[in-house]
Amino acid sequence: MNASTKAKIADLVESFKTTGRIVIVGASLAGLRAAEALRKEGFRGHLTVIGDEPHEPYDRPPLSKQVLKGWVAADHTKLPRLETVDAEWRLGVAAVGLDRPNRLVRLASGEQVPFDRLLIATGTRARQWPNPKEAALDGVFTIRTSDDAARIQRALAARPERVLVIGAGFIGSEAASVCRELGLAVTVAERGPAPLVGALGGVIGAIAADMQRDHGVDLRTGVGVTSLDGDAKGRVRRAHFSDGNMVEADVVLVSLGSIRNTEWLEGSGLAAGFWGVGCDAGCRAFDINGVVTDSIFVVGDIARFPHVLYEYQFLTLEHWDNAVLGAEVAAHNMVSLEADRWPHLPLPAFWSGQFGVNIKSVGVCPFGKEIVFTQGSIKKRRFAAAYGHRGRIVAAVTFNHGKWLQYYAAQIERSAPFPPPPPGYDRPRKTKPIAAAFPDSRVPTSLPDVVLTGHDPTERGAEFRSSIG
Amino acid sequence: MRIVVDLNRCLGYAQCAFLAPTVFKLHGEEALMYDPNPDDAMRLRVLRAAAACPVQAIKVEGPDGKGEGATS
Repeated sequence: MNASTKAKIADLVESFKTTGRIVIVGASLAGLRAAEALRKEGFRGHLTVIGDEPHEPYDRPPLSKQVLKGWVAADHTKLPRLETVDAEWRLGVAAVGLDRPNRLVRLASGEQVPFDRLLIATGTRARQWPNPKEAALDGVFTIRTSDDAARIQRALAARPERVLVIGAGFIGSEAASVCRELGLAVTVAERGPAPLVGALGGVIGAIAADMQRDHGVDLRTGVGVTSLDGDAKGRVRRAHFSDGNMVEADVVLVSLGSIRNTEWLEGSGLAAGFWGVGCDAGCRAFDINGVVTDSIFVVGDIARFPHVLYEYQFLTLEHWDNAVLGAEVAAHNMVSLEADRWPHLPLPAFWSGQFGVNIKSVGVCPFGKEIVFTQGSIKKRRFAAAYGHRGRIVAAVTFNHGKWLQYYAAQIERSAPFPPPPPGYDRPRKTKPIAAAFPDSRVPTSLPDVVLTGHDPTERGAEFRSSIG
Repeated sequence: MRIVVDLNRCLGYAQCAFLAPTVFKLHGEEALMYDPNPDDAMRLRVLRAAAACPVQAIKVEGPDGKGEGATS
């Protein structure tokens, strides 16, 4: 490239940074951090942030813990600003459509917002109870927004006779934990064989089940809730289970996972659907043909991107740090030329506080077929365990043993052999790998034995980013 | 004031819980619970807690709407 071409391109980049228009749809953690990062990257043009909730960006993890407990008010989880963000905030109005040819975002108010570059960060919403009449009963709640948490906190503070939690994933389990801390009777109904089984498998699920029962939770596994009854005043009174049993409950917390907010992208021609919005590892959205776009980026819970550590499978990660790290990468790539772009290759990580135990994880546990306990004691609920797939470590989980997680993270980054050598002296008696017992096999069946392109486990070809230290 | 703790990073050293016990509490041995929007009167204590955190997991918004103290 000759000097004058270089200068012209530099001028174009500078002109975009000065006068370009960027729209971020989604005003939660990913949207806020991306807005901050864009300004830090030197973007001085017009920045619009659109969010369907009327609130300033707030943090969601405290909602199912300290907010439900009543220690922190639901409107007191606003996220700190870490950079000055000069932006037009359009809060309380949802985006309802994307017109790609004309580069417009359509709003529920009928307005249209033009953009040169768009960042999609619309995240997920709570899956509602499927029967709308029953869902509308007083005392039936989902847990996702600060408004949800405020309503539930008030309902719990009124000392209900019994709380029913439907679904024992992380949110449901955390809510059940809070109920017990408040001294409330709580029944947890889980369709699977154990709590947390989808995220951590049946071996860890069994430990989580014991933990719940030890804390006085009436845990029912392998049962679905078939219907909810209300009284004459429209208040929920009881729930019927698929095994023929029923339970009287005056508060019902529906925690059946999340749905990705992609409906507004219908007809846009983007690769958007049930699993999220497909994108490359640089956060650029794919169109429906799998062709990468230049001007539309995706980040957070909704982004579905290939990950070199997991055989280039497309992952969506509903994790806090995926939003934070992805926002930085997306913002950088939105104002950078090809040669300067960064990959978003997080080492997945999450945490959950419940029943006095800090559960932490790195890697993708459901990718593992086997699990081995490497440190600590299951009985004391202070241990570390590693997940393996085809003789390589792919994930790890700790219960009150988080200080060791970095050791496993380093092993996972290198695709080190499984089972890993234990780092500490506190080895459990049983150190044989066993089936991790995930409920469904989502791993494709025909993996090639010879990988022609990709990550060589013996060579550190990619730089992973870890937020755990 | 507004703060956030990166709980992936947090390892439960609990320095913050000693320095600002009304803002940061340990739930069990390792799980940190905190007040994300504590009263402004707590600012000095919270900044000390953020500075003392061995893994620098506490982010604080300053009065100017930017990260403050030991934040990065």
